[in-house]
Amino acid sequence: MKRWIAFWNILAKDMRAYYLKPPNISWGIIFPLAWTGMFFIRSGSGLESVMTLLPGVMTISILFGTTSMLAVTITFERRGRSFERLLLAPIFLELLMLAKTSGAIIFGIVNAFVPVVIAAFLVDLSGITWALVIPAIIMIGIVSTFLGLFIAVSVSEIFEAQTFSNFFRFPMIFLCGLFFPIVSLPIFIRWLSYILPVTYGVDILHGAINRQHIMSFTLDFLVLGAFCIVLFALSLYNVKKKWIL
Amino acid sequence: MTANSMPAIKVSGLTKRFGEVLAVNNISFHVNNGELFGFLGPNGAGKTTTINMLTGLARLDAGTINISSIECTRNPKAAQHLTGIVPDESNLYPELTGFENLCFCASLYGIRKIERQKRAKELLDTFSLTDAANRKFAEYSKGMKRKLTFAAGIIHQPPILFLDEPTTGIDVASARQVRQIIADLHHKGTTIFLTTHYIEEAERLCERIAFIVNGQIVRTDRTADLLQPIKGKNVLIISIADGAKLPEGLSSAFPQYQFQSNMPGQIRVESLEPVNVGPIVRFLEDQNTPVIEARRHLPSLEDVFIQVTGIEAALMRKEKEKAGGGGGNQ
Repeated sequence: MKRWIAFWNILAKDMRAYYLKPPNISWGIIFPLAWTGMFFIRSGSGLESVMTLLPGVMTISILFGTTSMLAVTITFERRGRSFERLLLAPIFLELLMLAKTSGAIIFGIVNAFVPVVIAAFLVDLSGITWALVIPAIIMIGIVSTFLGLFIAVSVSEIFEAQTFSNFFRFPMIFLCGLFFPIVSLPIFIRWLSYILPVTYGVDILHGAINRQHIMSFTLDFLVLGAFCIVLFALSLYNVKKKWIL
Repeated sequence: MTANSMPAIKVSGLTKRFGEVLAVNNISFHVNNGELFGFLGPNGAGKTTTINMLTGLARLDAGTINISSIECTRNPKAAQHLTGIVPDESNLYPELTGFENLCFCASLYGIRKIERQKRAKELLDTFSLTDAANRKFAEYSKGMKRKLTFAAGIIHQPPILFLDEPTTGIDVASARQVRQIIADLHHKGTTIFLTTHYIEEAERLCERIAFIVNGQIVRTDRTADLLQPIKGKNVLIISIADGAKLPEGLSSAFPQYQFQSNMPGQIRVESLEPVNVGPIVRFLEDQNTPVIEARRHLPSLEDVFIQVTGIEAALMRKEKEKAGGGGGNQ
């Protein structure tokens, strides 16, 4: 019980101190809005493109929302030494890092629904399999957050975290099937798509929204789960190795 | 040995290396239950590294750590519920208010909302910060930040408290208040491990003291026992002009006194009898050694420290203040 009091309060503190701050709320709304507008307008094929673009826009909103926030919050607390206060508390490191990442996961999930809300005004969303979309959004939120965590604990400066994030994020836009099908990629770089976690999340969303997925949902979820475990374990390893000297 | 008679902290062969630098070199000590133990040494002696190892912020390369008879060498988390830490730098959350910071720190130890709010209010009152309770930590002065950091370290009422330079860089009044709070906590039975470079602070507060230099403990003893050899000694400090040399024949002219010159421009005269100033000053002047000042000095732990470590306390203070600013040595 005591540990959960700590867990909840770390999450509540982060929500209050970072995620619910006006600049971040506006980032959480404006950024997905901008992506949505940009892709819907650029596609030039009218409202029929909305459903095709929706999985990619949802994913990009989650990916950029989670990685940007976590890179700042973790690195900022590390530099200000307030993170030491958490390391000195009688909470397992695993639970502590879950508490620190839960805010970003929630932030990412909320971001994902901004393009959905916009799309709801433009097209009929009744054909969407929400039972798949919801868990897919959660899994993409978790895996993106853990990717952000891995980046945040691998660097020491905020600008390094931002640069390192972009190294992963921008290639993912092109390689993970967000807007261009993986099968249309040159064969020599196609393998890269399959080593990036977002590919599997987008595949579920394409299947749930447009019935166009290339792998089985079970495989997609299993691979996403495996990526979550590996990224979280690597992040913990880095915290222990680099922060507990 | 029963659990109760076990020391609160027991350290054996503790060693820590950062690359080529041996920061802590095979140190062993224990702190009894309810004891106020001082760890005294200059900048870079290994004080903070030792605290970091004891609290789980640094891995040890060798040695063992027992806290309240819990073996926590490889699992520092095992005893973290028993310890409180006041680090050498204020590390609270700048965007939270003083009250929110204390409540948050209490929540990390699983304290429920009503209880943590009550304790936060009490501590804000104890540290005279009630008026600033709703101000953001970022807006606090340096002294206020130190006091709130101290309060955050004891909000969960830990039986063992680690204090890393608690009065460095704060004003006279705040330093006095912090020292009084340390004394009160000790009086209530809290085991306290205090690192400081302020020798007077250690002398005034600690029951036992360890001198640490270059990562090694050079002496550990009860404060009273450390002071015993200098009790009843008469000391005279004579300042001479810069560049002036200690005249030859001084010791033979005054065989009843002991003369030392540890710092340039300064002669230290020691004797068990009262030191007669006039003849010494006259002798020095006759030898073309102009005397600027001669003052009687009350022997203190500082003298023992200089004797044991060979480090001039004034230099140690200056060095630390250059690094950390301020001075709580009043």
